[in-house]
Amino acid sequence: MIETVFTPWASLAGGVLIGLAATLLMLTLGRVMGATGVLSGVIFPASGAEFAWRAALLAGMVSAPAAIWQVMGEMPAVEVPVSTGALVIGGIIVGMGVTWGSGCTSGHGVCGMARLSPRSIVATVTFMAFTFATVFVLRHVIGG
Amino acid sequence: MKLLATYLVGLVFGVGISISGMANPAKVLNFFDIAGAWDPSLIFVMGGALVTTFLGYKLVFGRAAPVFDSAFSLPTARAIDAKLVGGAAVFGIGWGIAGFCPGGALPALGTGRVEVVLFVAAVVAGILIARGTTATFVRRVSA
Repeated sequence: MIETVFTPWASLAGGVLIGLAATLLMLTLGRVMGATGVLSGVIFPASGAEFAWRAALLAGMVSAPAAIWQVMGEMPAVEVPVSTGALVIGGIIVGMGVTWGSGCTSGHGVCGMARLSPRSIVATVTFMAFTFATVFVLRHVIGG
Repeated sequence: MKLLATYLVGLVFGVGISISGMANPAKVLNFFDIAGAWDPSLIFVMGGALVTTFLGYKLVFGRAAPVFDSAFSLPTARAIDAKLVGGAAVFGIGWGIAGFCPGGALPALGTGRVEVVLFVAAVVAGILIARGTTATFVRRVSA
């Protein structure tokens, strides 16, 4: 476990930027901003046009740490408190879950919830509950 | 023009994710650890993103169409079924194990950290597995 500092203002500002990006994507392309859809659409594109905008969006996302480094002089913190095995197993499970559940934190949790979509509300409540439960079991039941 | 605008939207999203803490698994996992080293920062990420998107969408949907297309492409699925709920539950378990979600990990790829590359590669493997087994899964959980 790694202690982290409570950052309400940075997190709020980051959240507002995430919401601004979701709004701008709807304004420009008329699309929902979902990281799952972006990744799936770049790797398994349905057509050239479907690939192009997702690739551009992904390129913008990946450029962000360098942009932050330019302005603030350091890369955003990425602290990984779990083993490599947990990263890989967790990643495979995440990939399966977001495919079956048709979305993740950005698609369901932000865009879908903002549209008051019942599917997204059910999905978000479900994955949040399971993430709380998983972390509790891993840190306090098994690892406690 | 359209792709440049899309690139900039991705950049705004990535900067938001990076400064919010969503790209940092230590922070994400501490948010979910109320019984331990609880860090409530992620409530502010979610709240800021939701309120902004809710208000932003209200303004955008006042238009007849988006700037670069003839119509909005909104998700059409309505069913709240075992696939949706089961998939969300599976995603939650994976998020709790790894600490990264796709939206946090994609911008974090830009840090060049090998852990992020490993996680994203594993997610792609998971997407492949799920695409191959979706029909079986639906049959099994609804049986």
